[in-house]
Amino acid sequence: MSEIEFRSVSKSFGEKKVLKNLSFLIRPGECFTILGPSGCGKTIVVRLIAGFETPDEGTIRIGTTTVADGSKGYALPPENRNIGVVFQDYAVWPHMTVLENVLYPLKMQKVPKEEAIQRAKAAVRQVNMEGLEDRLPYQLSGGQQQRVALARALVSKPAILLLDEPLSNLDANLREEMRFEIKQLQKSTNSTLLYVTHDQEVALAISDRIAVMNEKGEFQQVGTPEEVYDQPANPFVFRFLGIANFIPLRARDGKTFLVSGGKEFLSLPDPVQKEMIAHKEVWKDGEKLLAACRPMEVELSRTTGPLEGKVVRKALLGPIIDYRIDIGGTILRAQLQTEEGSMKDLLFEEGDSCRVGFSRLLWFPGNGEGEVANG
Amino acid sequence: MVDVFTKPKISAAQIVLVFSVLVLVIVVGIPVILIFLTAFFEDGKLNIPGFVQILKDPDTYQALWNSLIIAFGTTLCATIVGVFFAWLVARTDLPFKKTMKALFLVPFMLPSFIGALAWKVLLSPRAGYINKFLMAIFGLEKAPIDIMSMGGIIVIESMYLFPFVFLQVESALERMDPTLEESARISGAGLLTITRKITLPLVLPSILSGALLVALYSLAHFGVPAILGTEKGIYNIPTKIYERIYSSGGSFRAIRVGTILSTILVISAALILKAQDLLLKKGKYQIIAGKSMRPMLLKLRALRTPLLIVSILYIGTTVILPTVTIFLVGGLKTYGLSFEIKNLTWANYLEIFRWKMTKDAIWNSVYLSLGAALVTMLAGTMISYVIVKSRPKGKFILELLGVLPFSLPGTVIALGVILTWSGRFGINLYNTPWIIFVAYIARYMAFSLKSNSAALQQVSDSLEEASRACGATHFQTLKNIVLPLIRPGMISAFFLIFLPALRELTTSVLLYGPTTRTIGVAIYALNEDGETVRAAALASVALVIILLGETSIRNFLARLQKQE
Repeated sequence: MSEIEFRSVSKSFGEKKVLKNLSFLIRPGECFTILGPSGCGKTIVVRLIAGFETPDEGTIRIGTTTVADGSKGYALPPENRNIGVVFQDYAVWPHMTVLENVLYPLKMQKVPKEEAIQRAKAAVRQVNMEGLEDRLPYQLSGGQQQRVALARALVSKPAILLLDEPLSNLDANLREEMRFEIKQLQKSTNSTLLYVTHDQEVALAISDRIAVMNEKGEFQQVGTPEEVYDQPANPFVFRFLGIANFIPLRARDGKTFLVSGGKEFLSLPDPVQKEMIAHKEVWKDGEKLLAACRPMEVELSRTTGPLEGKVVRKALLGPIIDYRIDIGGTILRAQLQTEEGSMKDLLFEEGDSCRVGFSRLLWFPGNGEGEVANG
Repeated sequence: MVDVFTKPKISAAQIVLVFSVLVLVIVVGIPVILIFLTAFFEDGKLNIPGFVQILKDPDTYQALWNSLIIAFGTTLCATIVGVFFAWLVARTDLPFKKTMKALFLVPFMLPSFIGALAWKVLLSPRAGYINKFLMAIFGLEKAPIDIMSMGGIIVIESMYLFPFVFLQVESALERMDPTLEESARISGAGLLTITRKITLPLVLPSILSGALLVALYSLAHFGVPAILGTEKGIYNIPTKIYERIYSSGGSFRAIRVGTILSTILVISAALILKAQDLLLKKGKYQIIAGKSMRPMLLKLRALRTPLLIVSILYIGTTVILPTVTIFLVGGLKTYGLSFEIKNLTWANYLEIFRWKMTKDAIWNSVYLSLGAALVTMLAGTMISYVIVKSRPKGKFILELLGVLPFSLPGTVIALGVILTWSGRFGINLYNTPWIIFVAYIARYMAFSLKSNSAALQQVSDSLEEASRACGATHFQTLKNIVLPLIRPGMISAFFLIFLPALRELTTSVLLYGPTTRTIGVAIYALNEDGETVRAAALASVALVIILLGETSIRNFLARLQKQE
């Protein structure tokens, strides 16, 4: 259990600047997730903490030890950092049995043989791999290899556990099961855990705090899963945490108009929300803004609702119906429970007209800079 | 806050890098530079006219021209033969395909200069057994076939080089996605059209790349032209270099001519390799997948048996006939006698192990090739590790040097080694076995690099990083993770070096001293001295050693693969 601190860390590869001046703190015993699109530099954060890379600038601290200092160009080698790493491709050594793989960290730390075997066996049990100790990796499934990797990372009780997309090669069922197990293991070992992923579901499910990273390697928001999901700091975060509707608007005379088609949309949001989202900015006439909502927050009706829309596509997804609604040139995705839809007579066909309202809207200043393409 | 680290003064990675660069610089870098310097500079001044003048000299000019003709002819013949048999094995219902495929690779095992020796015995215009036989039957005045000619050299080289093309094309034909041809067939194309419009263009890169390998090999080949051409005054570049140096007793002038001719060889080799690289990189090639699929087979019908007979006859004439000839000649009481039991004796073979010159040659070859294989394998592992895995500054120098060995023909290496190790830098290895040892390392470094890098590329970085994260130092990681995982690659590198080194001729022939003959040199020298019987006896012993080596190694590698 150690805290991890990045202070103004920068890292480039050739011409490409991957991290610029990144600072953050992971608290001791916390499960911290970095969530971002692939290729955004989140893996580099793991590699910097593990010591596989050296920062160009800035310092990295684990507990009370500064493990890397870019300005002095030095870094503590990985083997001296007391970390456990689980890699995306598991990195289970193919020439060693399950037990040998798990024993390895203890062997390197010169733990007495008897004790080492006890601990390794306990770790194998912890990941539910009992009875498979003498198998070689090629005799194991992907999920089992992943567990071996996890046991190996846990066995030496490292202060810090780093997991780089550990579940992305598993199928959906196994993924759900494993993310629960990882959370369990982290609680029982009490280590500080850094989890890196592009999968918002995993991130929301296991994290104490999430940092959302954009393609440029910048943190867009750091907060609890609830904060990040409920009060996204900007369109990027909103979009990254689920299917997003963005409606580009322009303010005029206290009202908003759709950018495409120019139709009237809604009155400007009430000052409270406006203040909260737009950082006390006053929206002036002609200013661009962006309304955003999830598909479930679009309320469809046959008769009432502020906007008129037209159903352009309908897809029944089992318990949920998914519509695409055209409101004057902007396409919205709307979803409702199939059951609710049939009870309230809201099963529309393609081509039907409907009324559209919103149970909740988020307002962002500007036009979202390329984030407006609706999913 | 505690600062627990002190900056390490020199990391292990840097030491390995420096060592790797040093090995490559000493073994290949300096020799090549010295060759270029000697070729272009005279008395410390750039001397282009001198360079051109030597190329214009009719004697060297003829050698250059011959090299080109031989390389071109050999490439053409070997490609036609190779493609034909590859197609026969991969795309028709020829019987006993698996056996035939293995048999077509046997010519690789037979050293081509031993093959040439056998053919000289059979088809030399004066005393060739077949020639004499034909003359007797048809009452001819003159020998009908003269193998000791440009044509003869081309035919014999093609015989032993065609497997390069066969291997490449056969595997491409086997791996080609059959749906590509099937869809053409569905569109109504006949088999001939499909072959011409679909199959051929798809395997063309493989054909060309096999052909280029043959060209590369033939251009710098010493053995066959030396045995079949030298007596008749037919020289190519390597034999001309040898002749100049040998007849002048190793004079500097002769060496200078050698370096100029070598420059031409190196440049042509580099161009050929570049062309091959471009060919293989072409996107077209990706249509041939790694997976093995079942291709459409052509039914040979009535031609099935005749074509099988043709294939067997081909292997019979190119492999079995020369091998049997060598063994028989090696047993003759006197050269020229007919092959009857009363003319044959075991004594010749036993004598090989008693006579100092041949005994020495076998011993020299065995320990030099074992030693060179071991050292080259280890050095290659280290160099490949730096090139493939680590990212130290100055790595590009290493990459540049690492490509060099691939484009250095044996003759060039020998010359470079002579220039470097005859006392210029205070160390004189001339006439000692060490000079051959150094030359073998340079000659076979490419094999080692290729095999080791391929093995290392299979070891993903995360396997090493996982070990570091577990608390292992870099050194422990190499020992516990990397080395066990690349062991098969290292072992195969060892044998890839050991086996050809055992029968090496091109390089050793320029470097041997009175007590440092290798098997290849001894066979060649005995043949030069007219001791054909002894040469054949030694060649027979060499063939047995090679055969034993090849089979035991194949078994060993197969067992190793099973274990993995």
